[in-house]
Amino acid sequence: MSSPKKITLRINGVNETLEAPAHRTLLEALRDLGHVEVKCGCEKGDCGACAVSIDGVAVDSCLTLAWMVEGREITTVSGLGDIENPHPLQKSFSDLGAIQCGYCTPGMIMASKSVIDRNPNPTDDDIRVGLSGNLCRCTGYTKIFEAVQDAASVMRGEGDKQ
Amino acid sequence: MPVEYELDIPQSLDEALNALASDNGSSVTPLAGGTNLIIDIRSRRERPARVVGLDYVSELRAIDCTSERVTIGSRTTVTDLLDSAEIAKAAPSLVDAARVFAGHMVRNAATVGGNIACGSPAADLVPPLMSLDAEVTLSSKSGSRTVALADYFTGYKQDVRNADELITQVAWDRLPEHSVNTFRKLGRRKGDAITVTGVALTVVVEDGVCQRARIALGSVGPTVFRARQAEALLEGKVLSNELFDAAARKAASESSPIDDVRASAEYRLHTIETLTRRLLTQAWARLA
Ligand SMILES: Cc1cc2nc3c(=O)[nH]c(=O)nc-3n(C[C@H](O)[C@H](O)[C@H](O)COP(=O)(O)OP(=O)(O)OC[C@H]3O[C@@H](n4cnc5c(N)ncnc54)[C@H](O)[C@@H]3O)c2cc1C
Ligand code: FES
Ligand code: FES
Repeated sequence: MSSPKKITLRINGVNETLEAPAHRTLLEALRDLGHVEVKCGCEKGDCGACAVSIDGVAVDSCLTLAWMVEGREITTVSGLGDIENPHPLQKSFSDLGAIQCGYCTPGMIMASKSVIDRNPNPTDDDIRVGLSGNLCRCTGYTKIFEAVQDAASVMRGEGDKQ
Repeated sequence: MPVEYELDIPQSLDEALNALASDNGSSVTPLAGGTNLIIDIRSRRERPARVVGLDYVSELRAIDCTSERVTIGSRTTVTDLLDSAEIAKAAPSLVDAARVFAGHMVRNAATVGGNIACGSPAADLVPPLMSLDAEVTLSSKSGSRTVALADYFTGYKQDVRNADELITQVAWDRLPEHSVNTFRKLGRRKGDAITVTGVALTVVVEDGVCQRARIALGSVGPTVFRARQAEALLEGKVLSNELFDAAARKAASESSPIDDVRASAEYRLHTIETLTRRLLTQAWARLA
């Protein structure tokens, strides 16, 4: 039997504290703390709905233990932007119809961001392979791939202006 | 009810080995990327009493290439391999495998040590490492030993590792100039698919003669293994298409695949022969 421990997670720039046993996944901890923008699909690394970034690298939060990421920078889709001030990926996804039920979207966007961060000028094939760990049951993917290309070009443009 | 366990988070290799030494390691399990272990615990295939998380054992996350030898720490991720210009030069087969490994998030978490330790015949980094003659270093509180990766697995998901030992690194001597090292994986689709058949190949040629041939096969036996009879057909010979045909047939005959949800045994035998012949032909064209 393991006893719960008080841990502090840094989520979207804010420290939050919770009591969690060792086996608590980051996905469960985030949702317990009210970050229900992080979705639970399969809990086995297949669907990508639970993707968040840890120190800028996207991982499946269902395969990550909460205790292991104390002190790291955790970002969920809400940390990228909001309705008033959306991230280019959030804007392109909603403008281009890449969202239907929206369940896959938070994970899709976190994975897309990680893919673009690594490769700002991805080919269509790079995006397909990059998002192969994210499942969407609604859109048929085509609009998602278009939205990622669109956002990537916006993000490259922003880079040029700096 | 979820499976409950204690979790140690060592900050150094010594601390990690001490944690594994408690109880002679019998109920202690190392945790690297968690892309197998967390799932296996949730499904109750694994029921550890104590888990030792390796995220902060920074000694284990390193790639070191000298002119003679390549050393990769066990906590190195698949993405780390893709990001290394040195690995791209020294181990093309490993990059071939890393590129088609799982999806983006799993690649960011999954480690070299976890891929070896999981013991799966479908573990994609193992055929490339075996084709490079990689050696595995196992360390415990009482010392370290080195085992050839080709001798590491003893049966389906069984290996020579003692419970209190950690895989700390894999290492091998760099290939000479006139060599080719490649890997091809056949899956049901291009991204995030478990291997149906996988072939890794190393060919070293000097003065037109094959000095070394390594053919390591994935997903066509209880473990990843070397097709040693096929290799023997090639070594010491002047390579030719006839030899490639014979070696490819031999590689298939050394395989013992099973039928499963991904493919039939018959299909696996057919594709092992085809992939082996194709890789040999392509290697030869590049060396000529
Ligand atoms: C969606 C999905 C897709 C996948 N696709 C692929 C694929 O395409 N190709 C492929 O090969 N695999 C694939 N896998 C399997 C898995 O990602 C790999 O085997 C991975 O390399 C495991 O590494 P890990 O660090 O996550 O290991 P963990 O899950 O942390 O550990 C796995 C096992 O190894 C042991 N272990 C870990 N590190 C050490 C060490 N240093 N010393 C001793 N024992 C250790 C653990 O105790 C455990 O038993 C996939 C998994 C998922 C969930
Ligand atoms: S819920 Fe984590 S990958 Fe599906
Ligand atoms: S929009 Fe419904 S699952 Fe992707």
